[in-house]
Amino acid sequence: MLEIRWHGRGGQGAVTSVELLALAAIGEGKFAQGFPSFGPERRGAPVAAFNRINDRRIKSRAGIYQPDVVAVLDESLIDLVNVVEGLKSKGTLIVNTQKTAKQLAKATGFKGRIGVVDAKGIALKEMGVPIANTTMIGALIKATGAVKLESMKSPIEQRFGRIADRNMNAMTRAYNEIKIS
Amino acid sequence: MSKRIGMEVAIAAAEAVALCRIDVAAVYPITPSTHIAEHLSDIVSNGELDAEFMTVESEHSAMSAIIGASTAGARAFTATGSQGLMYMHEMLPVASAMRLPVVMAIGNRAVSGPLNILNDHGDIMMERDAGWISLFAQNGQEVIDMIIQAFKIAEHRDVMLPVNVSIDGFILTHMVEAMEMPDQEEVDRFLPPFKPFETLHPDQPVSMGAFAGNDIYTEISKSKDMALVNSKKTILQVWKEWKKQFGRSYEPIESYKTDNAEILILTMGSMSETAEIAIDSLRAKGMPVGLLKLKLWRPFPYDELKKAVKGVKVLAVIDRAISYGGSGGPVCGEIRSALYDERNRPAIVNYIIGLGGRDVTPEDFMMIAKAASQAEKKAPKDRYVIYGVRE
Repeated sequence: MLEIRWHGRGGQGAVTSVELLALAAIGEGKFAQGFPSFGPERRGAPVAAFNRINDRRIKSRAGIYQPDVVAVLDESLIDLVNVVEGLKSKGTLIVNTQKTAKQLAKATGFKGRIGVVDAKGIALKEMGVPIANTTMIGALIKATGAVKLESMKSPIEQRFGRIADRNMNAMTRAYNEIKIS
Repeated sequence: MSKRIGMEVAIAAAEAVALCRIDVAAVYPITPSTHIAEHLSDIVSNGELDAEFMTVESEHSAMSAIIGASTAGARAFTATGSQGLMYMHEMLPVASAMRLPVVMAIGNRAVSGPLNILNDHGDIMMERDAGWISLFAQNGQEVIDMIIQAFKIAEHRDVMLPVNVSIDGFILTHMVEAMEMPDQEEVDRFLPPFKPFETLHPDQPVSMGAFAGNDIYTEISKSKDMALVNSKKTILQVWKEWKKQFGRSYEPIESYKTDNAEILILTMGSMSETAEIAIDSLRAKGMPVGLLKLKLWRPFPYDELKKAVKGVKVLAVIDRAISYGGSGGPVCGEIRSALYDERNRPAIVNYIIGLGGRDVTPEDFMMIAKAASQAEKKAPKDRYVIYGVRE
């Protein structure tokens, strides 16, 4: 079972990311969960959201405390919350940043595998907005193989309609451009 | 044909309600059941469902409105939870006394105070004695299934009672997961159109919900109790039909790995499958522990409980609510009473967990099973334990 924790700020679409990724996995015939960190949300405040992806039915409804993967939508959160808390030492940290994996290792203290991608830059270029949630899914898919990239097409189309292509393009670019240590 | 879908459970609940071709929904949205109301409103305003969606000014009005709609012969639905359910409270026993087969989805949430919007069962437990049939879903699939079953149970001529379905707030309502969604043809085949016993109509005036003095109130109360007790027969019949058509089985108390079990844990709602993980792990270590999942809260399944605990040494009842100054957990109070007359009843221990959104993990159930295993030799000094209190 793959367990993922997403960090973002309210309004950046972390909850949308977990929903789209879960739908893609379910579309592949797998079992998946996508859920927010429960409670009231405020725009701009740090939020977390979670995925479980598995080949068999998932029983646990407990929180995720030792994720295999952490995806950070907003690197300014690294100064505010311990984004690598509980992250398995053999797990993967993926950050939306212009910095290098080495710089991120220093900033977070995480000694495992780190993927970096300028998701904000890609999103601005491909969609004209600095909202990197769908872009980051592409990076995460490359780093983890959680689902196939083409499995995102249907959930993205259903969610975004006429701007689906732009989201897919940004996601594909992040898939190709992520640098993994 | 049923279709495998990925969807947020609250959205799936609204889809299931629409498949039941309701005539009227009256909802005052409240977290965490809000998405049920929102999506149902979308379905109606898109023209996909020919129904009246009433945006009422309070939950009290929502329940009053569906009571009114039901007396006029409509298939009627509402959704709420917590403060909203408590605000409805006054009208709940009216719906059951008038024998109106309305259906309500509850996104279970802790009640104020202190203010808390997260999950526990404090809200539904306050409505225990309202005379409704009360079901608990453990996952998204059961939410879909139970909503459709609820209308059939409620409207059965031998029942004619309101039904509520408890859906753990956030843990289930806000979960995106895989489910099988039946199609319209399948639901139509399972659920025939609502045939009301009597309706309010200007051309044929009747009185409904009239005053009942001390000459008749007792008799009406007894008939309501009998109707609720007798409804179990129909519930079992509807579940049998469901299994035949959809292949998924439902029981008042579902057993998990109970063969030769000496210790049983009893759960309700979304914590049940999490508990299965602990049972798997403890069984692998040779501990004779099993799980009972209570799905039918009212009418309470006395016979099934007695059968399920036969030969068991310890029963650990898990509550997600407190009966303050009383039995501890309301479910355990019920179970102690149910088993009192049994000659070889198990030792009963009660743990209250998951209040106000406190996470419930497999490790919690492992701790509880280990603690419960001691109770056979030595009765615990407390009648109930509020588990995991930070001190």
